[in-house]
Amino acid sequence: MTDLQTPILETRNICKSFDALKASQDISLDLRAGEIHALIGPNGAGKSTLIAQIAGGLKPDSGSVHLNGRDVTTLPTAKRARLGLGRTFQVSALAMEDTVLQNAVLGALGAQGRPFHLFQSALGNASLRQVAEQALERVGLQDHARTRTAELSHGQRRQLEVAVALTLQPKAFVMDEPMAGLGASGSKALTGFLDSLREQAPILMVEHDMDAVFALADRISVLVYGQIIATGSVAEIRAHPEVRRAYLGEDA
Amino acid sequence: MTRETLINSALALALLLVPLLAYAMDEPFIITLATKVAILALAGVGLNIALGLGGLVSLGHAAFFGIGGYAMGILASHAQSYTAITDWPVLIEGTKSMPVIWLVAVVASGITALLIGALSLRTSGVYFIMITLAFGQMLYYFAISWAAYGGEDGLSIYVRNSFPGLNTLDPIQFFAITFVLLLAALLFSARLARSPFGLALNAARQSPQRVETIGLSPYRLRLLAFVISGMITGLAGALFADLNRFVSPTMFSWQTSGEIMVFIILGGTARLFGPVAGAALFIILEHILGGLSEFWHIYLGLLLLLVVLFAKGGVIGTLAGREKAHD
Repeated sequence: MTDLQTPILETRNICKSFDALKASQDISLDLRAGEIHALIGPNGAGKSTLIAQIAGGLKPDSGSVHLNGRDVTTLPTAKRARLGLGRTFQVSALAMEDTVLQNAVLGALGAQGRPFHLFQSALGNASLRQVAEQALERVGLQDHARTRTAELSHGQRRQLEVAVALTLQPKAFVMDEPMAGLGASGSKALTGFLDSLREQAPILMVEHDMDAVFALADRISVLVYGQIIATGSVAEIRAHPEVRRAYLGEDA
Repeated sequence: MTRETLINSALALALLLVPLLAYAMDEPFIITLATKVAILALAGVGLNIALGLGGLVSLGHAAFFGIGGYAMGILASHAQSYTAITDWPVLIEGTKSMPVIWLVAVVASGITALLIGALSLRTSGVYFIMITLAFGQMLYYFAISWAAYGGEDGLSIYVRNSFPGLNTLDPIQFFAITFVLLLAALLFSARLARSPFGLALNAARQSPQRVETIGLSPYRLRLLAFVISGMITGLAGALFADLNRFVSPTMFSWQTSGEIMVFIILGGTARLFGPVAGAALFIILEHILGGLSEFWHIYLGLLLLLVVLFAKGGVIGTLAGREKAHD
């Protein structure tokens, strides 16, 4: 067991500005083993900017990002992925012309880290295929293995996003609005699945669907104008007066 | 067997049968046209790896075509004048042996592609197109000013280079060489598309973000694709020069890059036999329309316009339908 006190993923005092706009102001948050940590906040609060700095697309002006105790602040996205950061996107970033299985095999290929085989067949490779098929089965897409990804429903693409991330056997998941665009039933199904996923690796997720957040999150952090105004359990956040004023739009 | 496989086999067979028939009917000119198709198709197979699989719109592939051509021209011209290319630090002499010339052509274009690719792949979109174009034009003007090897006039090679066991001056035998090389390149290209590398490269074209988040570098994948692509086009350049027994800076010109790209689009981008169908169509049109009018490119342009607007899969796409997803 991992020590529960040691964060798997951590940001320390991250600051990022775009000209006058302070997108991230001294942000420190952590993700511990076995938990789902939800990041909420109104539009324009800087959630995507923060996720990009954690996943590797953006470099913070100051502060650092740590994965399993290792400083990954200056590492590119690909390297962070190899170190165990599994990411899903708000807008599905899949190879749409390829089949579901090909997308999953691609993930397995990344996990294996040897993409420069020119002569063997990717789908004929037993070990790649096994990893891919297991991941598809885990998310319930095994019957769609040969479907072209573009033909999947929105919810199925979400599932595939998670399956591809699963092939990497990540140490931590970073999910950007996994529920976005899902109907009530899809959202409920994914909620159940993510609930079971936290045992495998903790999840840091940005989410607007408050039902899902309240159902899943062990902890919630609230980001407003680039600042974390509160971090705490569901009950604490619900009761937090500042949060209610700034985010839930109520009078305290 | 899928419909596309059938069409591909028919195309390959036609490309083989036409020159054989021409041989039986003693029509060497037709054999030469078929040879030209095979060589251009080979150049196209090269570019298609970058363009079709990798999504890299390189307008500078004439650089590799020209390097292959000049590799042949330089080696053969020294061999025919019995002069050494250099005698310091080691003596390097010319050669008339095709396999050696091919090797030099492939290695030289591979190294050049590595350098050009390493720089130009840091950009994307229209910048990538412009940078590859700029490198191609640099080599074009360099070739024009390179007086030692004919400058603007180019180099003539009096006798075609040799291949062990074959009489390369016999059109049908030279055709056989180009045909076998084309088949080998097609086979390689088909395997490449299904390999882990092909899968990753293809994904990097569709979603570079995804490829990064699974821990791979799109840049490296593209660079390798660009190098392989340049090597094959370089080999085609050496054969093209051998076909004409003549090398000139025109091989480096951006029109050459454009023509290769145009016939790939006509034949079907990212389709295995797209370059073959496109090169055949291109040569047939050049031959028929070229006989009718000096300005046959107008009709070619019109056809290209129609294909781009109404038949995006080109000839192969129109005949075989959308590409089937691999199992």
